[in-house]
Amino acid sequence: MMDESTELSLTIAQIVQRLKGSHLHSQIERQAKECLHQPDIKLESLKEDVRSFLKTSGWERKLQNAVYRELHLPPSHPAAPPEHLKEPLAYMRKAQASWEKRVLKSLNSMSTELGVPLARMRPAVEQKELTNKWNEMGTDEPDLSRFRPVYAPKDFLEVLISLRNPNHDSSEDISARSHWGLIQVPLNVRDIPQLRQAYSELNLTTGQLGIDDHAHVHPGIHKKFKYALSYQDSAAAQQYSRQGCPTGLRAELWALILNSTNQPPDVMHYEQLKAGVIQHDLLVDNLIYKDVKLTASNDDYYFVFEDFLYQVLLCFSRDTAVLEHFKYNSATPPKSYIQGKVGEEECAVVYPPNVAPLCFLYNEPSKLYSVFREMYIRYFFRLHSISSSPSGIVSLCLQFERLLQTHLPQLFYHLRQIGAQPLRIAFKWMVRAFSGYLSTDQLLLLWDRILGYDSLEVVAVLAAAVFAFRAENLMEVTSLASAEAVLADLSTLKVMPLIQIFLFATAI
Amino acid sequence: MSGSTEDIKAVTCTIKPPVYLQIGDTKTDAAHSGICVVDVTLPFGKPANIEEITFKNYYTAYVTVRLLRRGPGQEAPAKWCTALRDLPLMDNPHTEGGSQDYYSIHRTQMQVEPDHVVSVRLILRQPSSAWLTFSLEEIKMYPHTEPDSEKEVSDWLSDLTLVDQHPDLEGLPDPQTVSSSIQQMWALTEVMQTNQTTASIGRFDVDGCYDINLLSLT
Repeated sequence: MMDESTELSLTIAQIVQRLKGSHLHSQIERQAKECLHQPDIKLESLKEDVRSFLKTSGWERKLQNAVYRELHLPPSHPAAPPEHLKEPLAYMRKAQASWEKRVLKSLNSMSTELGVPLARMRPAVEQKELTNKWNEMGTDEPDLSRFRPVYAPKDFLEVLISLRNPNHDSSEDISARSHWGLIQVPLNVRDIPQLRQAYSELNLTTGQLGIDDHAHVHPGIHKKFKYALSYQDSAAAQQYSRQGCPTGLRAELWALILNSTNQPPDVMHYEQLKAGVIQHDLLVDNLIYKDVKLTASNDDYYFVFEDFLYQVLLCFSRDTAVLEHFKYNSATPPKSYIQGKVGEEECAVVYPPNVAPLCFLYNEPSKLYSVFREMYIRYFFRLHSISSSPSGIVSLCLQFERLLQTHLPQLFYHLRQIGAQPLRIAFKWMVRAFSGYLSTDQLLLLWDRILGYDSLEVVAVLAAAVFAFRAENLMEVTSLASAEAVLADLSTLKVMPLIQIFLFATAI
Repeated sequence: MSGSTEDIKAVTCTIKPPVYLQIGDTKTDAAHSGICVVDVTLPFGKPANIEEITFKNYYTAYVTVRLLRRGPGQEAPAKWCTALRDLPLMDNPHTEGGSQDYYSIHRTQMQVEPDHVVSVRLILRQPSSAWLTFSLEEIKMYPHTEPDSEKEVSDWLSDLTLVDQHPDLEGLPDPQTVSSSIQQMWALTEVMQTNQTTASIGRFDVDGCYDINLLSLT
């Protein structure tokens, strides 16, 4: 650990570096220049006067929000190489690299097999057609039978299960620390007593939106959210959303917490990406089409958003700004070869989780896109890459298994005996942050807490809570298939009571 | 400040191979050692004043730093003292947190002044039996340099002084206020020019061509 003040000044220097050249920076400078015309700005107290002007006009708040957002990125030691910032543990970096190679090989061979180039320029006729059809891509019925998914969640789970620390002494087979689960990596995960402290706003005596307001609406609760919105206070909005967001204000609150603005540069960025989609056809586009067709169009809730989904996902796969997050994502974007020259491929070879739930909140494509992208680069990317982060999928899996083994040992033991390792059932929920398994209003309440606590931990807690809820039925099953059947339908679950009871009513 | 250590070169020193301490007969005792001693000696006859020690951790839980200091005089005997005791490098010795991180120990964190140091002894402890081995890597020491007394060039705002003059005005605006506001504008544009942005525009193509046939990680 560095000396605290050195660490602080290093962090400050890094944040200043990142904010320099941003749109906000030029806006504030412009404001500072323009305010010089004002009579109350005096030469002798220039610095203080300009500062207080920026404060009262709300620009300081905007800067605070931007800094608050930058603080989410981990600080780095000056001697640490860039790959260390992505992931400090060498064996995890290695595992991520070989996983990527595998996926890439699959993509390359699909391209060769099908004779479809990974990317090509669209002919003018096709471009025109797509422009006209932009808002109704869902009506298209292209032949996608030849395209198969590049990988399934099951494959990824196998990779996670095989993760081993070469310096870990696993010679002791029977020890006090014996772990019944599949994940064999000694990451630090929190247990219920620590979770109770960290998630104190979820305790049984604190009102939660979505549960405690069914009978009557408290105007008081909405007041604090309105306050946060009118003052554009990102940190306050995040704090309040720990108890859930009111449905009517959720869209604005999430945008504020994620500091995702819908300024002209953002709309322009979206239009640029849209132009990119029209100009070039990527192989991954077909995979996205297929994925959306299979999931959203058959879903009772999401089929209405099919067109939106295409628009957002196709743009997302071309967004170079997403490349920024690869600095702290253990994954590396693949490079592409264009006519012998090397360039950076914009397409992320992993699938972003479902955009569909966000469609309920935002009806403007550029706004929807902006929020979705911000959620992805802050949280959801951690579900698809191998890292030691406490919000990473490896930690979530381990936390789920530990919670289950510690607090429901009989159930865990029984499921293990019948060949139904709990993680094999829960993995598909966690890797999509429960999207597609819960009803939408419940899912949004869960995602409120992900934003509020700035962590995906609550996803692992919910997975354990679901098992606890259905424990009685699960104790009676005698095969993996029947265990899957018991846990197949989660659409009637109410997430917050489950989480509250699991965290605060479990006997320790 | 550690920000400037890239310019300052590390002191050349000899890092002896780590010695793992055991209780009892080393040949028959199969248990892993929990304590390791790494001696770092500075070149003979050239004691140094240390600014900072940086290293990369490899599963060490706690580190104690002891210094062998020789007083300024040639005859003064060298004495060992403890600069830092049991600095935690891992939040939990049994789990991964901090296990492969980079660390700095600055002279301000040390309990004694690390001046005229002849040798540094790092005592590593790893009480958990979870790990096969533990050590520190890339150990570097940076010398203490006298602080610079350069004035901040960019602090032009506080250097501005008002000249006390009251010229005869005839309905014209005060030349002082006019000239100072123009001066401010000019200075701000100068600052803007020096801070060129390196933010990327975000578009990509190679000579207008985007036909991709192969993806690779190398």
